[in-house]
Amino acid sequence: MTTVAATKKFIEATGNLAVAYAVKQVNVDFISAYPITPQTIIVEALSQYVADGELKAKFVNVESEHSALSACIGASIAGARVFTATSSQGLVLMYEELPVASGLRLPIVMALSMRALSAPINIHNDHSDFMSMREQGWIMLAAEDAQEVYDLTIMAFKIAEDERVLLPTVAAMDGFTISHTLQRVDVLDDEVVRKFVGERKARFKLDVENPLTFGPLALTDSYFEFKRQQHEAFKNSEKVIREVFKEYEKISGRKYEPLKKFMMEDAEVAIVALGSTVGIARIAAKKLREEGIKAGVIGFTLFRPTPKVEINETLKDVRTLAVFERHLSLGAVAGPHYMDIISSLDKKDDVKIYDYVYGLGGRDITTKMIVDTVKKTIEKAKKNEPMEVEFVGVRE
Amino acid sequence: MSFNKSWKEMEIGAVVKGGSGLLYKTGNWRSEKPIIDYTKCINCLICWALCPDSAILRKGNKVEVNYDYCKGCGICANECPTKAINMEKEEV
Repeated sequence: MTTVAATKKFIEATGNLAVAYAVKQVNVDFISAYPITPQTIIVEALSQYVADGELKAKFVNVESEHSALSACIGASIAGARVFTATSSQGLVLMYEELPVASGLRLPIVMALSMRALSAPINIHNDHSDFMSMREQGWIMLAAEDAQEVYDLTIMAFKIAEDERVLLPTVAAMDGFTISHTLQRVDVLDDEVVRKFVGERKARFKLDVENPLTFGPLALTDSYFEFKRQQHEAFKNSEKVIREVFKEYEKISGRKYEPLKKFMMEDAEVAIVALGSTVGIARIAAKKLREEGIKAGVIGFTLFRPTPKVEINETLKDVRTLAVFERHLSLGAVAGPHYMDIISSLDKKDDVKIYDYVYGLGGRDITTKMIVDTVKKTIEKAKKNEPMEVEFVGVRE
Repeated sequence: MSFNKSWKEMEIGAVVKGGSGLLYKTGNWRSEKPIIDYTKCINCLICWALCPDSAILRKGNKVEVNYDYCKGCGICANECPTKAINMEKEEV
């Protein structure tokens, strides 16, 4: 096996370019996508790789994201290793096909440069597109920086295509904040990546002499059973994801876990976040510690399936949480992270979790905002105040 | 297609053999069942011609209902000129 020391190769890449590089390395067979900000550069780079003969894949240009994912579904049925990328309204236009890809158990990998949903129109980052995928049967991973999105994209193929799983998988990053920020990205050698992901094993051979029906009618007598199978696939994926993370650590030297933990060993209050905010939260935690507040950070790398085991382990001794949501669940009592944590905890009577919505439409989040919010959280916990979603960084 | 299996035994992703629509028995959608009274039937074939599911079959010089596919819409009973077809409640 190639050692980590032998692969000390790096590229200067934005998050988008890091994804394109990873997709080239896993040697996909088929790409279909439609350009949309802030994802466009991913497919732009990939179409260049294909045009230059660096990647021997079929690149299909389409007239909409709905067609892009439809084309991906067809190619995936035929046994191809398939990739697509999108953002915001593009994802929403794919919506009809999202549960089709998962219901047909097609291991399509999608990169999502997360961007706010219209209206009003906005091209900057929040997690409203990503969070809208929650119910559509996709495994959901989220990166903190360009390095992580490179790594997660490679791992996404191995997770999705595992025969115990066969579920489409999305690897997401914050639009612009990560997708357009140039960073050093340590990369693996092509052969190492190819050996790691292996060949996709096609379940079926498409043969006109022995036709098959994909996506048949399944009514009251069978639909429920097929959904039960998908539930099982998610259960299986919990094990597979952890295996893949470990295996990837062996070839890359980079450790991945469903939940990232920072200064959590002795923490008395935890900051919870997903995406690039996890990095800011680390700095905030250090500042809080300088002031004598023992803060730690929990970052979600795995969003679906919900990392229930790790949530319980990590929060064993920390019972005060400031949860940062870059998404507003309109009409709901709280945001998705809050609901996931509460529903994951086996013991929840003594836990004090407060939910904060921040950064919608790309509004900046600063270290100070996090520091102040954590202090407020501690005060609220002391007074045993009931949870009511609060906004951070909005003009009142 | 057989739909009495456990979820563990079903083909994942609902992949089935092509051209298997015939195996999908739609008769259980029915809430009412057409019963032909052959003493009144004059074999005019109006029911046979109008059945939207082709579930009225010609057998020799008689018509018969194919209950595997008859969804119980009642068009045959409604159109029968001699009122030879009665719709009866399906027992659940």
